[in-house]
Amino acid sequence: MSARDNILRRLRERTDGPLAAPQSDFAVVTGRGWSREERLARFERWITSVHGEVIHTTRADWTATLAEVLEAKGIRRLALGREHHVAAEARAALAEGDVTLIDADRDIETWRHEQFHDTDAGLTSTRGAIAETGSLWLWPTPDEPRLLSLVPPIHIAVLDADTIEDTFFDVVEAHGWATSMPTNALLISGPSKTADIEQTLAYGVHGPRELVVLLRHAEERP
Amino acid sequence: MSAAQEPVQTFTPREFHRQAHDALGNPQIRANFRKAMDGLMAKRRDVFSDWDLEILRELGANIRLRALAKLPDLLERLEANCRANGIQVHWAESGDEACRIIREICERHEAKSVIKGKSMVSEEMHLNAHLEEAGIEALESDLGEYLVQLNEQTPSHIIMPAIHLNTDEISDIMHTRTGTERTRDVDYMTAAARAQLRERFMAADVGVSGVNFAVAETGTLCLVENEGNGRMTTAVPPVHIAVTGIEKVVEHLRDVPPLYALLTRSATGQHVTTYFNMISSPRKPGEHDGPEEVHLVLVDSGRSNIYQDDELLDTLRCIRCGACMNHCPVYTRVGGHTYGTTYPGPIGSILMPHMMGLEATKDLPTASSLCGACGEVCPVKIPIPDLLVRLRREAVGEGRGNVPGAGVKRTKKEAAAWKGFQWLATHPGVWRSSTFIAGKLQALMPSKLGPWSDYRTAPRPAKVSLHALVKQHKAKHHQADKADGEERS
Repeated sequence: MSARDNILRRLRERTDGPLAAPQSDFAVVTGRGWSREERLARFERWITSVHGEVIHTTRADWTATLAEVLEAKGIRRLALGREHHVAAEARAALAEGDVTLIDADRDIETWRHEQFHDTDAGLTSTRGAIAETGSLWLWPTPDEPRLLSLVPPIHIAVLDADTIEDTFFDVVEAHGWATSMPTNALLISGPSKTADIEQTLAYGVHGPRELVVLLRHAEERP
Repeated sequence: MSAAQEPVQTFTPREFHRQAHDALGNPQIRANFRKAMDGLMAKRRDVFSDWDLEILRELGANIRLRALAKLPDLLERLEANCRANGIQVHWAESGDEACRIIREICERHEAKSVIKGKSMVSEEMHLNAHLEEAGIEALESDLGEYLVQLNEQTPSHIIMPAIHLNTDEISDIMHTRTGTERTRDVDYMTAAARAQLRERFMAADVGVSGVNFAVAETGTLCLVENEGNGRMTTAVPPVHIAVTGIEKVVEHLRDVPPLYALLTRSATGQHVTTYFNMISSPRKPGEHDGPEEVHLVLVDSGRSNIYQDDELLDTLRCIRCGACMNHCPVYTRVGGHTYGTTYPGPIGSILMPHMMGLEATKDLPTASSLCGACGEVCPVKIPIPDLLVRLRREAVGEGRGNVPGAGVKRTKKEAAAWKGFQWLATHPGVWRSSTFIAGKLQALMPSKLGPWSDYRTAPRPAKVSLHALVKQHKAKHHQADKADGEERS
């Protein structure tokens, strides 16, 4: 008998007999009914409460905002994808500037040292966000791999305001996660942090020290 | 003397009383834990303030109960879906077997260096020692775990492993072990650890992590963390081995959001952690990073035995948030190491007897005043105080005998004393004459009753028993009432 068979047999031949499985009512984690403004306000409040930086911009002007952020933070070497429209637009806008663009869509084995030591920031798109917790939703792709949002000291994430939803449960249900899970699905809420030294908060322990969210609105806000 | 220079101290549950005595006499330990636990309790209270906590706890308990009710089926489903996704699944009946499986995977890859994300199951099975015996270095990467490992200690809390150390002690440890400057600057120390560990991530042959929730429906492993070392561990080295207890499985992906909401809020009072990392497969063709191989090791190690018993089963609902220890007046005073077990505090006291046997852990179920705080804060409503009482009964041979080492604390004298008391208390005539006699002989009552009266005054039978007093009182009033009635008429 294998360990597997032994364990499963013990579980099936339970001394006190079979157990009844209760039904679950998920009402408490859904049905928030927030307006667009409330959703946005909550998202911003929560992600800034954990040290995330939110910069409002528009779909038309966002690459100019990006250039300003790169300038302000002294980012000289930016890693990014190529195919996603966020990466494509950023590349087009930054082509003439003096920021070095690093291709993220390469096997990590060929540029690990460069990613760990010589990359100032990673730029990624996001699939959406969660208002209740101030979380970004990322599904890394070959174009924007897993480590792009983790290894460089600054993570710049581009988020469209109309993709923010109320709760994590709502996102999982509305987008059919259960039938479409990618290799790696991520929720990111703020930069990397620790409180392991006497409960004192410190940022950037293993992942990025800074998380900048470029929050794109469809048009200029009044 | 600083912690860094103290000789390595080993703790065992067999010495709980001595260790508790030592810890209570250590003002530094007491101050460190008091401060940390007060902070954690306040944060938890605040973060749940706008929730209907009872409804959320009810749902959490219900999801975990449903998973346990279907446990064997869900484990098979998890295995099938993981395999379909390309994750290799292994089963281990004991911690030793799990260690062997992990060592063999490492040896197949000629691994010399393993980097670890936080995993209490790997602590439970002493994986690091096992790997080191085989010449494989195992390095902890969670900052707290790293500090504890540098100091040659074990975690004193399941969420905050280095909670027993203060900033100065940590500064000393880092200075002595890694050559950093002595400082109180937490940012400096964090940055130093970041630099030290980043090199190790790049060099590691294998990453070993735990699992917070394993989703049967999708074959997904969920990891909850703030630091990013979990993501590093599971994405940088070419091989990722996840190790988890068989009880960590949940049925559906939609079961995860409520449990995640309960876990972060109960553990550290955070409304969310920085990262929620869901892994469903190794690197696929065309993908550019992530491990080429992902393994899942499912560990039983006494869990299927707990599963047999309707009452003990509730122990397996646990999602390892640590709220029970944060709120435990005993844990807060004696600290985590005193318990001498991988899991300290109330959850440890109801879990470790199954893993180590009651012979070694017989004092743990008594390390509680049964104040009930642990049960009240448990996010999945485990009736911890009831389970502590159950294990006390098992220890003296008055339970169902299905906990290893049951009856180890039974003494003929105590058993006879309780039997005698039971007989007395169920025979009213004898009871009354006994209390009458006890009242007359009260001067003969010894003033020392063993350890019980070390810190308490020994009880002394009343001259007149309560029963007799009530009887006298009733008789007096009856007469008075009668007299009163006669006057009026």
